[in-house]
Amino acid sequence: MLTLYARRRLINLLSLGISILAMAFGLFWLGWILFTLLHHGVPGLSAAVFTQITPPPGSDGGLINAIVGSLMMTALGTLIGTPIGILAGTYLAEFGQRGWLAPVTRFINDVLLSAPSIVIGLFVYTIYVIHVKHFSGWAGALALSILVIPIVIRTTENMLRLVPNSLREAAAALGAPQWRIITSVTLRAARAGILTGVLLAVARISGETAPLLFTSLNNQFWSSDMNQPMANLPVVIFQFAMSPYTDWQQLAWTGALLITFSVLTLNILARVLFRQKSSGH
Amino acid sequence: MISEKITTPKLVVKDLNFYYGNDRALQDINLTIPEKMVTAFIGPSGCGKSTLLRTFNRMYELYPKQKATGEILLDGQNLLAKSQDLNTLRAKIGMVFQKPTPFPMSIYDNITFGVKLYEKLNQHDMSERVEWALKKAALWNEVKDKLKHSGTSLSGGQQQRLCIARAIAVKPQILLLDEPTSALDPISTAHIERLIDELKKEFTIVIVTHNMQQAARISDFTAYMYLGELIEFGDTSAVFTNPKRKETEDYITGRFG
Repeated sequence: MLTLYARRRLINLLSLGISILAMAFGLFWLGWILFTLLHHGVPGLSAAVFTQITPPPGSDGGLINAIVGSLMMTALGTLIGTPIGILAGTYLAEFGQRGWLAPVTRFINDVLLSAPSIVIGLFVYTIYVIHVKHFSGWAGALALSILVIPIVIRTTENMLRLVPNSLREAAAALGAPQWRIITSVTLRAARAGILTGVLLAVARISGETAPLLFTSLNNQFWSSDMNQPMANLPVVIFQFAMSPYTDWQQLAWTGALLITFSVLTLNILARVLFRQKSSGH
Repeated sequence: MISEKITTPKLVVKDLNFYYGNDRALQDINLTIPEKMVTAFIGPSGCGKSTLLRTFNRMYELYPKQKATGEILLDGQNLLAKSQDLNTLRAKIGMVFQKPTPFPMSIYDNITFGVKLYEKLNQHDMSERVEWALKKAALWNEVKDKLKHSGTSLSGGQQQRLCIARAIAVKPQILLLDEPTSALDPISTAHIERLIDELKKEFTIVIVTHNMQQAARISDFTAYMYLGELIEFGDTSAVFTNPKRKETEDYITGRFG
């Protein structure tokens, strides 16, 4: 018969072991994915990837048009989505205590947050692409911005809610009007967290394929005209990886490597930023 | 010898009732706060002393379900009146909270935040005002070389003095202190108590405290509250040495609470 204490130690050891196993199981796949990416992607890395456009099968080329297209659409999508998201998130956190508008908005935002991104692509296709009768970079950026908005709303609201109410009261006690309290005290206190949310949103959209399939589609030539179909890494990877040509497949691996590591970098950056701010307190 | 202090009334509370939703938290409070004196509110948790303090600058208006009825006269003007502008009221009545609340900005900007709301000062006058406020709060010597540092980088006691400096920089007439030392260590507490003694030469001070010794040490007048009612109010030495009511005596001798 085990003593109570020995049994407790045993259970502790057992749950620790199971947790470690679960973590190892999760990390194993992640490690495998990264390894495969590096294994197949690194051999394709060359100056040509960053200087030449996507080639026809059987000839040399790079990904520069897709990289630039992705950067432009991601940047524009973030630029459109971030202010809307921050303003809406501020409304929910600072003004949303009374009335019905805030709970309804919050609910719709939750739905939007978990909406499959292909639905967003189809939506932009229906309201924009069909009417202008061609795919375009604008449509791609629009679809991406719709993905950014709910993420930024959610993080902005959460970060503002973390700001202690005593800070709002202290500013109000000095006679500051509400807009002043929000702009100079609460948003400032939540700044690092909100920025982290924006970075995570950028990371999320830079890998999205489905919404771009219906909006910007792809362009095998160099084009920085937002009114034309626009090349972008995710769709290029999708098309090249499905092709029977080995040189295209190689470029797809390299593209996947580029996206994965930029997303990884963004995530690390977001963490570092947030940690610096939190330890400053 | 207990001498009757000569006082001018600064705040006169008349038939004040306060409600959190349908719960009445203050019951028919009548009270006169004398000018340039320290008045302490004591009583067990939940007795309404903080609630009473927060009616003086209408802090409760941040929350939709809270309301006050009755009158609070500041120099004869009812500050609970609808026509009373909230921001000018709060310029006259400053407040410092239980936990230090430095804003996420530099020490200098913390002080100027409130001043800028009411006055347009040039840089020179503003710097002088900051120095004046920090000296009044006995913090100047510790921070004069790091005014550009973040207010959150200071220690707890320094942060609380920064909050006091921020409140007096606006040059209010009344200073409300809501348990200002309960989150601080004994040395910082002593610092702030000395400061309060100094500040009462210029400001009317109302302090809520859990610490009866503190009330006895620093206040001129004491109000004992229980369950939303004002049980006893008077000269501090009289309340502590010769309470008129049995409930007050029980509380200050530690028989309950």
